[in-house]
Amino acid sequence: MADLGIDWALSWVRAAAATVTEHREHLLDLDRAIGDGDHGENMYRGFTAVLGKLDAAEPSTVGDVLKLVATTLMSTVGGAAGPLYGTAFLRGAKAADTDALDAAGVAAVLAAGLEGIVARGKAEVGDKTMVDAWTPAAAAAQHVADSGGSAAEALRAAADAARAGAESTDPLVARKGRASYLGERSAGHRDPGAESSALLLETAASAAGA
Amino acid sequence: MSVGTALVLVSHSAQLAAGLVEVAAQMAPDVDIRAAGGTDDGRVGTSFDLVEQAVTGALSAGADAVVVLTDLGSATLTAESVLEMLEDERVRLVDAPFVEATVAAAVAAQGGGDFDAVVAAAGTAVTGFAGSGEAGGATAGGPAADDGGARTRSLTLVNPLGLHARPAATVARTAAGFDAGVTINGVDAASVLALMSLGLTGGAEIEVSATGPQAEEALAAVVAEIESGFGET
Repeated sequence: MADLGIDWALSWVRAAAATVTEHREHLLDLDRAIGDGDHGENMYRGFTAVLGKLDAAEPSTVGDVLKLVATTLMSTVGGAAGPLYGTAFLRGAKAADTDALDAAGVAAVLAAGLEGIVARGKAEVGDKTMVDAWTPAAAAAQHVADSGGSAAEALRAAADAARAGAESTDPLVARKGRASYLGERSAGHRDPGAESSALLLETAASAAGA
Repeated sequence: MSVGTALVLVSHSAQLAAGLVEVAAQMAPDVDIRAAGGTDDGRVGTSFDLVEQAVTGALSAGADAVVVLTDLGSATLTAESVLEMLEDERVRLVDAPFVEATVAAAVAAQGGGDFDAVVAAAGTAVTGFAGSGEAGGATAGGPAADDGGARTRSLTLVNPLGLHARPAATVARTAAGFDAGVTINGVDAASVLALMSLGLTGGAEIEVSATGPQAEEALAAVVAEIESGFGET
């Protein structure tokens, strides 16, 4: 199975923009329940801005694409999601130092992204945040890499694990971010950041044909 | 005159950041203090671009270093992201109470404090204010206990508004300029926060003490500042 290069990165970002547009209302609803109700709008604004910059920037590597996403999200996505996703993509860009990612490369990018989110947000698994989606995703990709799978298989495993991780936030009581102000009342709602993380990783896997 | 260390104030609100620049500038007129509040399009939030522009703007205007201060939550995350992108060791973030830390950092920068001194001043604002002068009293405890060498003067605060922010900053700058430990009513006179926490109003009786090699000169200078009424009388 082919490694994942610039073409994959470009299709992923375009698909991600389409996905956050499609799920804008859904993310808004989730965030209205336990946050400040702007996550869907912020993600939509951020990825629309990424699309606008993509053609002019002429990125030539996976790392270039991830860095463009990072800087654009940091500038355009308000609230905590901008810096968190921005840092994840920025660290991922630094980890993507080859022309094409194999399974180990995918695992390294996801691990670096997770590290960035944790460094910035100081959250742990179980705090009802993006970390609940990213942690199992990075582990799943690493597992595929260790057992000799392809890059696309690593992304598929990561996407499935992120989806399960996002669903696991439903019963949790938030311990980080705006939702933590609600205490017990945050239980019974999915974390919007974990949901958008699962959506982004799903599009990454789909773009790889997995 | 340009001062070595610049400050960038990051707030969710453009007005809050601008207002704090106004307050800090009164105490530190020569320090480059820049506001980075609100989003690009004027909403409540923080903007990576505005923070980055403020930081790089201060550096290209000749600042040796930039200390970034934030109000809360995602403002801190945004500022951290800017620092991570810039990877410049001349820029540091201090996570401390916004107003208090900014005032302390501005006064330290105005006094010519280097990067470490400004960062330290901002950082100690946490304990300085939480203890309501206790921290200042504690640091002054050493020299004050040595009654043998202390020189003390009692006087009345003549300016009508008392030891509010601007006069407190003036006194703190003067006190910090000597090789001496100066206290006012038992708190460290070199700490603008400790002075402000005394809540001294016009007409208050105060006691200024100084110890150390330049105790005499420091005492005379601080007393002269106070007796001048800070230009208010």
